[in-house]
This record gives sequence, structure tokens and C-alpha cells, in this order.
Amino acid sequence: MTTLQLAVRNLRAAGIHTWLNAFALSLAFVAIIFGQGLLEGVNRQAEQASIAFEFGDGQFWHKQYDPYDPLTIDNAHAPIPEELKPLLNSGAAMPILIIPGSVYFAGKMLPVLIKGIPADQKVLKIPSAMLTDTTKDLPVLLGQQMAKTAGAGVGDYLTIQWRDARGAFDARQARVVGIMHTSVSTIDQGQVWLPLNKLWELTTMAGQATLITVKKKPIPVPALPDWDFRSLDFLLADLRTMIKTKTVGQSIMFIVLFLLAMLAIFDTQVFSIFRRRREIGMLIALGLTRAQVIAMFTFEGALYGVLATLLGTIYGTPLFIYLSARGISFPGSAQWGFALQERMYPVYPLSLILGTTLLVLITATFVSWLPTRRIARLKPTDALRGKGI
Amino acid sequence: MADEYIIETFDLIKRYPMGRQELVALKKVNLKFRRGEFSGVIGPSGSGKTTLLNIIGSLDTPSSGSVVVLGEKVETLTPYRSAQLRRRHIGFIFQTFNLLPVYTVFENVEFPLLILKVPPAERRQRVMAALEWVGLADREKSRPNQLSGGESQRVAIARAIVKQPAIVLADEPTANLDAENSYHILDTMVKINQELGTTFIFSTHDEKVIRYLRRKIKLLDGAVVADKHAQPSGRET
Repeated sequence: MTTLQLAVRNLRAAGIHTWLNAFALSLAFVAIIFGQGLLEGVNRQAEQASIAFEFGDGQFWHKQYDPYDPLTIDNAHAPIPEELKPLLNSGAAMPILIIPGSVYFAGKMLPVLIKGIPADQKVLKIPSAMLTDTTKDLPVLLGQQMAKTAGAGVGDYLTIQWRDARGAFDARQARVVGIMHTSVSTIDQGQVWLPLNKLWELTTMAGQATLITVKKKPIPVPALPDWDFRSLDFLLADLRTMIKTKTVGQSIMFIVLFLLAMLAIFDTQVFSIFRRRREIGMLIALGLTRAQVIAMFTFEGALYGVLATLLGTIYGTPLFIYLSARGISFPGSAQWGFALQERMYPVYPLSLILGTTLLVLITATFVSWLPTRRIARLKPTDALRGKGI
Repeated sequence: MADEYIIETFDLIKRYPMGRQELVALKKVNLKFRRGEFSGVIGPSGSGKTTLLNIIGSLDTPSSGSVVVLGEKVETLTPYRSAQLRRRHIGFIFQTFNLLPVYTVFENVEFPLLILKVPPAERRQRVMAALEWVGLADREKSRPNQLSGGESQRVAIARAIVKQPAIVLADEPTANLDAENSYHILDTMVKINQELGTTFIFSTHDEKVIRYLRRKIKLLDGAVVADKHAQPSGRET
């Protein structure tokens, strides 16, 4: 008879108490996986949205371009390099020209970045086809946040002002042809989108671009004197840092939850050892060594982890499948500052589930063992009299 | 012949620290027990009876002197060998029964056989035989909290004898029982002793138990003051 079998027998004999303990632990186990899955989902969703709407598979930036320094924007443009033209012609890349400007609407003046994008591009999910306007009006596309800030809707006329290549101020009326629904605020707030060919015309910067987005990273990346290639890792670094910062609070909550679950096991063990002193003494009298008694108690605690995993799997699996298929509604998520959609889809990769399960099992075993060390110091003669701990 | 004895103590001394002082619980105890004895260590509380039984049962060790049980020197046993000795050869009966509360009667009695790795079919047969001995075969599925004190102690006896040990150490086995239950228990133990040849050593100050003993060892303040063989008078009439 191994100590593991004895532990199983004890848990079975304890009946409902065993299942209550295991259920309580399973709640923590499921909550941890749920939370981590949600964070993973938010992370992936934000990255995917940013890739689809903004970054593609990387971008060539004009050497002077620094999105965080508005003073660089004026000079951050150059003719599209010859080396990239085959990519552009095949539709695998597309240029964007960015110039600073202002928008006047309903008595408000808003500083904006005017961005020119080819109306027929297929590299990003930006609905640039809306800019294929056949009227004489200058078409402009706004993001939903920008439209809300400006108070403009489809069909409204805005006055857009900019400085051309020679530094002269110019302005033109533009008609809002569409409102873009995107969760990526970095292509929305403070920006207006114009057809690239019109912007070239208005600014006398024909054939120039500030950045060129590629559908697929070229291999090898051509070395271009005035341009730097920015990989996805580089482009997503800020987003990842922001997500990390935003999710630290939640991680702390899960750590606290996890520690509470472990504390519950620890307390159960301490109480169990205290309550079962006579039993420990009797087990030693019946011929178990102290080490075997310690192993038996440790297995009992560890088995709570195993049972919790099983229980958690039984009710957690359908719950997680449902949540990852239907998503969770998060109203007001646009205020988080990064690409979040109103419905989050948690992601539960195998590594997360296995990792959490292992963590729960190893930690449960460890915290079950910790209090059992007292048994090593316990005299069987004291234990038999219900003393000694 | 030395090997006639299954238990021998040689100048056995046991001291316990009591603050800065020491309490001497056993003072140079020299005793020998033969196989099949039905003997008891008698004396008032604090005379060292339980300490002597604990050392013989290798639950404790001597401070000095030597104790030999079935050829094994208790003071030199490793924890593993000590556990082996108890597991195979020594059964314990305690005043407070010490049944495992979550187990049924059957499982409590079965436990010593489980740790001896006895096969299931043989286990069942031996457990039922032990329960027959103590008259509790019909209570195999009961839990300890459903038993009376007398029944609990009978389960403890069945658990002590189920592995057919050479020695049963019974520490105040009747202390928590009424007279009728005490006699029932004692009759059962006498029967086991006679039919199975198990050596019984009691620690007691209960007159009812003392009347059953064939050898009475009197301890006073840790020292043996009398060691007499006598004809048991049995149940008081």
C-alpha cells in the first residue's frame, strides 16, 4: 500500500469535504485561466487590429519621420524609391503621405495630420475605397472618434488647411464621404484621410511619401538611403508596453486570487494536521514512518489540486469554448487608449492551460508539504495524546 | 535461555526535561517477558507505565539502558526498522481507541493489512475473522461515530490483532468503559491470548483488569517494586 493510495483513500472517505475543498480551489483555477485568457485575447485582438489597420507586415519610414515629434512631419517625405515601385505596382505595398494641417468645422479649429492614402489600396483594412469619389468635391474619410470630436457626419463639408511644399498656406473644402469604424485610435483621432493622388496635387508633392506599408515583409529588406524599415516588432513595441502596463493591475488581482487559493490549501493542511494529531500518532503506531505520514498528507493536498483541475476542466471547458466563440461585451473599451473592440474574444492557448495547471499542481503540492514538516518534529507519544503541535 | 524472552529491558532509564530539571520516568527497569504472557504493569498515574509500554512499542527510546524486542534493540533502530517492527509484530490498544474517524469499522481493521500489502481477498477474510473475534462482524460498515465506547474499543482490539502480532500493548484499555464493557473486552483478550498465543502487556490501574492478569508488575515512581505471577481471578461476581 503506497502513501498515495492511502491519501486517495482518505480523500474518498472524507466525501463531501474533499469535493468542497476541490471545488473552491477549482474556482480559483478557472478564474486564473479565464483572466489570463482574456488578457491574451485583448493582447492578440489589439495586435491584430493594429496590423490590419495600421502596420501591415512592416513599414518603410522616411528617415526624418518620428510619429512622436510633430516638428519632423513637415520634412519627413521623399519621392518613393525606385526599389519599392515593383512592390507598389503589384499591390503588395502602398505609400502614405502625411502632412500637418488643421480642420475647421462648426466654428472649431482642430489641428490634424492629413494623410493621403491610395483609394484602391488593399494592404490595410482602412476603407479607402470610400475615397473614390466621382464628384468634384474633395473627399475626406474620418475615423469615428475624429468625427465625434469634430461633430461631423457623412456629407458635411470641412475646411482643411495645410502648407504646401513651398511652405505656403492653402485650404480647401472637403466633403466627408465616410466614417471609418476602427478600434485603432492611432489612425483615427486627430487625423483626416484624403486620396493620395489629390493630396499630391494639393501639396505639389507628387510621387512622395512619408511611409510605405508592406503587405509582406520583403526578404531581404532592401537598403534604402533615405528610408528605414520598421519591423512589426518595432511597430508593436509601444502597443505591447501599453498593454503590459494596463494589465499589470489585473495580473496583481490574479496573483492575489492565486495566493488566496494556496493560502486556503495551506490553512486546510495546518488545520488538518492539528485536528488529526491522534491519527498521525496512530498511523505511526500502526507502522508508518514519519516520512510516509508526511508523504500521505502532502499527497492529500496535492490531490486537491488534481481534483480541482478535473472539476475545473469539467465546467471550465464549455465555459471557455462559449466565451471564445461568443466573446464578452466591453462597452466603453475605446477609452483604454489602445485597440480594443467592444466585444473581447478571450484566447485560451494550450500553453496557458497547461502552464496554469502545472502551476496550480506544483504550488498546491508545495503548500501542502510546507505545514507537514511539523510532523517530522512530532513525537508519536505526544501525538497519540493529541499534543505536540 | 535468553531467546525464550520476546521482550527484555536492561537497566532501562527514561528521563524527560522539565524546564531546567529532569523528570526520571523510569529508573533502571529490568524486566523480561515470555511469549504468550498475559501481564500488566500496574501503578498509579505518573508511575511510568505508559512510558514503559511506549518504549517497548518503539514509539519512544530509552535515555539509557537497553530494550530488546523480538531480538531488535529498540534504542538502535532506524525510523524505518522501528516502523517495520511495529507494522509486523506489535499491536496497540489505547484508552482513547484512536480509530481513524473517516474510515468504516472494516477499513479501520483492514488498515494494518493494507500497509503490510496483504492481497485483497485474504485481507477481507482476515478482517472478518478479527471482527468475529470481537463480535462486531455485523458492524463492518459503521463509522466510529456510530459506535459506543465498548464497540469502539472492540474495533481497536480487532485492529490490533488482525495482523496476528506477537505482542499487543494495551494502554489503559478499559479506562473509558463501564464495567460490563470492560469485562467483555477483557474476556475477548483472554480468549485471543489463549487461542492465538498473543502476548498481552497492559498498563492499568483498573482493578477489573488487574483481576485478569497472570503477571502483575508494580511500578512506583518509575521503579519496579513488585513482579508477581498469580492465578487470575477473572470477572468479579
